[in-house]
Order: sequence, then C-alpha cells, then structure tokens
Amino acid sequence: MAIGSDLAALPELTTNELARYSRHLILPEVGTEGQQRLKAAKVLCVGTGGLGAPLAFYLAAAGIGTLGLVDFDVVDESNLQRQIIHATPDVGRKKIDSAADKLLALNPALNVVKHETLLTSANALDIIKDYDIVADGTDNFPTRYLVNDACVLLNKPNAYGSIFRFEGQASVFATEEGPCYRCLYPEPPPPGLVPSCAEGGVLGILPGLVGVIQATEVIKLILGKGETLAGRLLLVDSLKMRFRELKLRKNPECPICGTNRTIHALIDYQQFCGITPERKEDQTEKNGIPQISVKELKSRIDSGEEIYLIDVREPFEYAIANLGGKLIPQNDVAQRLGEIDRDREVIVHCKGGVRSQKIAEYLKQQGYQRVINVAGGILAWADQVDPTMKKY
Amino acid sequence: MKIFIPTPLRQYAGGNDTVDVTASTVASALDELTGAHADLRKHLFTPEGKVRSFVNLYLNDEDVRYLPEKDKTAVKESDTLSIIPSIAGGGKL
Repeated sequence: MAIGSDLAALPELTTNELARYSRHLILPEVGTEGQQRLKAAKVLCVGTGGLGAPLAFYLAAAGIGTLGLVDFDVVDESNLQRQIIHATPDVGRKKIDSAADKLLALNPALNVVKHETLLTSANALDIIKDYDIVADGTDNFPTRYLVNDACVLLNKPNAYGSIFRFEGQASVFATEEGPCYRCLYPEPPPPGLVPSCAEGGVLGILPGLVGVIQATEVIKLILGKGETLAGRLLLVDSLKMRFRELKLRKNPECPICGTNRTIHALIDYQQFCGITPERKEDQTEKNGIPQISVKELKSRIDSGEEIYLIDVREPFEYAIANLGGKLIPQNDVAQRLGEIDRDREVIVHCKGGVRSQKIAEYLKQQGYQRVINVAGGILAWADQVDPTMKKY
Repeated sequence: MKIFIPTPLRQYAGGNDTVDVTASTVASALDELTGAHADLRKHLFTPEGKVRSFVNLYLNDEDVRYLPEKDKTAVKESDTLSIIPSIAGGGKL
C-alpha cells in the first residue's frame, strides 16, 4: 500500500518539478501520481553518518517532500572515508547542519527538519509520529531497539540497514503484515561481544551500498510499487560481492508485535542492552577492575614511576600511535599469558578502553591480582594529554 | 555441508568465511563446527547450550527456529547453514 493514499489530497507538481523529475515521470511505476506521493511523503533518517549520508542524499534527489534528520554528533575527519554528505571543510561542524546544507543545495524545495538530539525513550515517539516512514541508520543496539519499538507502536515502516566491516544487512521492519527487528533478534548481544565499526572497521563503500538499498525501500514503500524487503533479510558481502536472501517471519511470540504483547510502551534501552549508565569521568572501578584516567597515568609516568603497560590493540594500530606499552593483541593474550608478569601491577590499554577492559577482566579471572584499565584508551590520551598524538 | 561464518565470528573460526562439515542434522553440524573451532562455542551458545538470542541460524534460507524439527532437522551435503548475528553498525549517533 502506498503512503498517503488519498489521491485528491496529494500536492500538485510545479512546472520546475515536472522538468526536474522527468526521468521519474516517464516511468509507469512512478508517473505524476508517484512523484506527487514522494512530494507528500515525510521520511525520518535516524543518523546522518555512513548509512544516513547516501540515504538522505538520494531521498532528497528523488523529490521526497520532507526529510527529518536526527543527529547530535559533529563531523570528525575519520567520518569522511564513508560519510559522503560531509566534506573536509565540515570537520568540527554539527553533522545535522552539514547534512542539511548539502541536501538543500541539491534540492532547495526540500523541507529539512533538524532534530539535533539523541533519540531516547523520552522523545522518540514524539519525533517519529510526524513521519510516514523511518530509515534507521544508527550504529548501536540500544537505538536499534528503540527505533524498532517506536515504529511498531506507531505503525511506521522502518527501512533497516546495518553494516560491519565488509558485510551488511537490510530489511524492512514493522509493516502491517511483516516482522519487526525483535522478531529477528529478540535480544541484543551482551556489551563487548560484538565489536562496533569503530573497533572492527568498515569498508567505506559499504554504507553507500546498504544506505542506497534503504533509500530504494523507502521509495518503494511510498509508491506502493514492487516488492519490499519486508519478510526478507538481504545479506550483502562486499568482499565477495555476493547478495543472499533469508526468509524472515513474524514471530507470534514477539514481545512487541506478536499476539500476546508484553511491551506496550518504550523501555529503558540502555538497560535492555546491558549497558550500565556511565558514572562520572572519575569512575574508579568497572566490573571489579580499577580504572585509571589518562591524566592520572601521565602524572604517574612523569613522577618517574616504572609503569608496566600492556597494549592489547593490533600491530597496525600500534604502528599509528602508541604509549610504549608491550603489544599483545587481545586475541593473543590467552596464549601469551606467560609474557605478562603476575607479580607486577598490570595496566592495560587499547584505543577506547573497551577491549582493554575485557582483557583486564580476563586477566583478573586468570589470577592476576593487580590489573588496571586505562579509561578512554589512547584516544583519551590524544585528547587530554598529547594533542600531537595521531588519532585514527 | 557448508557453514557460512559471518565476519564478526571469523576470528574464532581460523579466519574462515565458510567451514565444510559432514553431518546428518543441524545440531550435529554445529557440534562438528564447534568441535573444530572451540572458541566459537561461547559465541554461539549460552553456558546452558542454547543458541544465543542474538544469533540466528538459517538452513538454506529458512530460520531453524521455524523448522518443524528445529535443530534436529536432517541435512544434506548440498545444504548450507548460515550463522547470522545481529550487527549494529551504521552511522555514529
């Protein structure tokens, strides 16, 4: 079913628009009516990063009338390898401003609505209710479940895309008949078990590929044409350039879209994903592992103390920037325990503090008495101690 | 049969993207896989031996959860088993 079915209520196309969208108008599947539907449509892009960039760009080009953007981040140099809506002069700018500028340059008739906020349980329903379709391009599990649940509760289809390294997934969730994200994955993985893109890396072209698939689904949903990915999970392997498709079923026992729903309102998604709220920066212990801030570490080094530092990153990361620690990549730690002195205080670090926390917990399990994690890792070091250090 | 190993789990499967096993059911195929790659076990199964809820298994294009005999379903040499974990990556938000 097309979005905004009442034909009489659809906005007329201007003379300019008839020229601009002529390649659409001659397609029988789009035509004048389809283009009017695109003009009437309101689409919310959650995130203007890797997936959101191509997604928003193509939707703006296609003549979507209203495009909402949700983002609160600023453009970082490391985004530019894939987030093509942002350019080098935008580094340091708000992503939402940078994205809106590009979209309006492309299509001045577009109505861009900026939601400069983190999507939360408190604001999600209020933001999403004004849109016809949501395109989820976020990078974390709590927001994935939040977007899904809000879409199910509000009956808004969700064009879903997700990426990792060379691999992507795409589908359409929360249509009237189709499954939702929870039908596919009832629960999120525990924190730390699935690495993020920041930790695992991502091929720059991949979000382009997957984001454009999401945009295609959004447009088909609006037009009511073709077959959407509702009920199918598309798997993209860019390294082998292989596309596979799996059947998705609506889970009758799904807690939010099944027959006996147990979830009727948005929940605490951080808690649902097992993420304990970060306490203040001076947090001294996490899961039984004492934390040291980079400034504290620096002052201990400056005092002439001999620090026993283990770096659990990969060799290529070490080559970019290091603190002179002993390099033992996280997956080698178990085999190389013999190289880590049990009698000393062991300070472990990585890029951002997640991998090293995991390894610190492992070392403690292995009987190491004094293990400390460097909170924020080498990135915090570059931010707070040594601005000349290379960030990656 | 061929088992597809997803990117996040390849590091626990000797870096392989597929592993060939000889097995008669889905469960025995998984046993053989985790027998050869022990590190995979804790990523695929809970300590109680249940498949983790953020991992889905597909025999060809069908979700094993919805097969009548679930992981007792018989498999042929030409079948494929896909391990599909949830991934969250997209844009930083």
